[in-house]
Amino acid sequence: MIEPIARPRRKNPLLRTRLPTSPPGARSRASHGFTRAAAEGRFMLQRCDACGTFCYPARDACPACLSADLAFADAPRRGTLLSETTLHIPADVHFRERAPWRVGLVALECGPRLVTHLHADCEEGMPVVMSFQLDKSGQAVAFAQPERETPNMTDDRQWREMTADPKFRRVLVTNGRSIVGQEMVAALKAAGASIVFVGIAEPWKPFRGEDALRAQEGVEIVPLDVGDEKSVADLAADIGGKVDILVNTTEHVRAGGLLDRQGTSVVRDEIDQSYLGFVHLAQAFGPAMRMRGSDGVNNAAAWVNILSVYALANWPVFGAYSASQAACLSLSHCLRAELRPGGVKVVNVFTGPLDIEWFQTVPPPKVAPRAVATAIVSALKRGLEDVFVGDVAEDIRRRLAANPKAVERELGA
Amino acid sequence: MDSSGLMQFAGAVASGAVRVVDLTFTLSPDFPVIVLPPEFGQAAPVRIQRISQYDAAGPAWYWNNLTFGEHTGTHFDAPIHWFTGKDLPNNSVDTLPLRDMIAPACVIDCSAQAAKDPDFLLSIPVVEAWEKSHGRIPPRHWVLLRTDWSKKGWRDYANLKDDGAHTPGPDAAVMRWLVEERGVIGFGTETIGTDAGQAGHLDPPYPAHHFLHGSGRYGLQCLCNLDQLPPTGAVIVAAPLKIQNGSGSPLRVLALLPAGQA
Repeated sequence: MIEPIARPRRKNPLLRTRLPTSPPGARSRASHGFTRAAAEGRFMLQRCDACGTFCYPARDACPACLSADLAFADAPRRGTLLSETTLHIPADVHFRERAPWRVGLVALECGPRLVTHLHADCEEGMPVVMSFQLDKSGQAVAFAQPERETPNMTDDRQWREMTADPKFRRVLVTNGRSIVGQEMVAALKAAGASIVFVGIAEPWKPFRGEDALRAQEGVEIVPLDVGDEKSVADLAADIGGKVDILVNTTEHVRAGGLLDRQGTSVVRDEIDQSYLGFVHLAQAFGPAMRMRGSDGVNNAAAWVNILSVYALANWPVFGAYSASQAACLSLSHCLRAELRPGGVKVVNVFTGPLDIEWFQTVPPPKVAPRAVATAIVSALKRGLEDVFVGDVAEDIRRRLAANPKAVERELGA
Repeated sequence: MDSSGLMQFAGAVASGAVRVVDLTFTLSPDFPVIVLPPEFGQAAPVRIQRISQYDAAGPAWYWNNLTFGEHTGTHFDAPIHWFTGKDLPNNSVDTLPLRDMIAPACVIDCSAQAAKDPDFLLSIPVVEAWEKSHGRIPPRHWVLLRTDWSKKGWRDYANLKDDGAHTPGPDAAVMRWLVEERGVIGFGTETIGTDAGQAGHLDPPYPAHHFLHGSGRYGLQCLCNLDQLPPTGAVIVAAPLKIQNGSGSPLRVLALLPAGQA
């Protein structure tokens, strides 16, 4: 039975902050098939192309028939907990700080056995549901949960280490002017965030939804213009130590590519808001978040980017926008590596065209702003890192995996 | 004037016998700027990017890179800024006559009317009533419209509603009249723009821009401290940056007046 997490008390300013430590992070290249699965929330194992055997851990030859054709495939998640143990004094400093820590041996229905981290409600002999989670070193580890839902399930201490649940955490939503931003605020409050800071640039300009935003409990509007380095630095000076999750809802979408535009004034705005905005936010908020990765129940846990799926493959109709998103995608990978020592996840949420005015003439399917907000909360609660929202994003992802050149030509048609 | 008059003037400025009033807002990223429909090119927001501040990036010095549009903050409009002035000679900030950068000003106080009506429009009868008290507006003078709008918080200063900005300015008839009948050198306001917020609906649209620049005259906007100026007698120094073929620039606008006068 899980005790529900208590709302964290105010931090004692006289005490030293516990610094982040990382669990063992060495992995083979083959085992990064699990990393990819964990990032996307999939359960995948190597499955031999020749004989169909699932195997674990990652190998270079099938244990049954020695074939080298061991591609990763989606695998059934169900298994049985054979045995479990609790580590009271682990040798590794990361786990030593988190002891007691439960691990177990699970026999998967599809064949392999694996050592796994355990949810507190898993009992020996009972069925479990498996996942691969990204741990605090950003590497994939197996995690077993009870098959049936149990009370306060998401409050499990070990599960919370693998995820970035908004519950009791303090969140900065960088842009509250957009509908996506406003939906994000509402979704985070519903998910139990203790306070949501919402950034508003140019407060002298009115915006739709302002009254509703101001009326919400536990929502604080703060001045933030991500394109202005001082504005970002000033906000970080005020609340930088209180941002456990940062969701970058900066939105600057304009149609147009290269030859159908004159001059660079629109490009300059794209770069200023999306790219430089990212840089300013990272420089101002990143260091404190990284340092606070182990700072209690409401430790710093995640940085979320909302990226166009066209960051992965340029759509010339929105060619300049695609390029600036591609630049932000690359920055996000840099940030991911730089925040990893703090155990802070960088979550990229890819979407196709949103159902907002700037994609007005694009035919459906388009992604509703609320769907983006829901997907982000879900990604945080599941500890995902790469999320594709909506049909278009999922379609582009698949087509890129199959043949990127075909995608390039088809988007450029 | 011989050189002693000029030296006297310099001495008076140094001693305070001639008062210098700053009519300029500080150029900063958070000052409201003109908002155009999103489909149009937008003026760059003010950005101040620190290069170094006595640190590893530059140990003994502090300096910044700046980005701003020509029409950001307290700024000057040159005739080339509007289509009506595009073909006039010496119409850009780098070619306009230097002597135009120092000129006296008539300050017309409409703060009471603007307080009652954000869409207040300066009209010929209002100016004629002012002239009854203060004399006919002489040629080559600035006419500055005091509304005390610069004292407002910035949301009320920009005053954007769902049908655009609602800020005071001149009507079409008075602008043509000031240019043609009074020969003004330029028109200055405390608001964002020499024209009223709803001036797009006047005939012609944006008459201050239309008539001023069409006759080679100038605009000043986002002025402040006009309430410290006398109705007549202040001399304005407004020297825009010498930008190559520039349409305007942020600048320092100074008013010189005898001390004790306001």
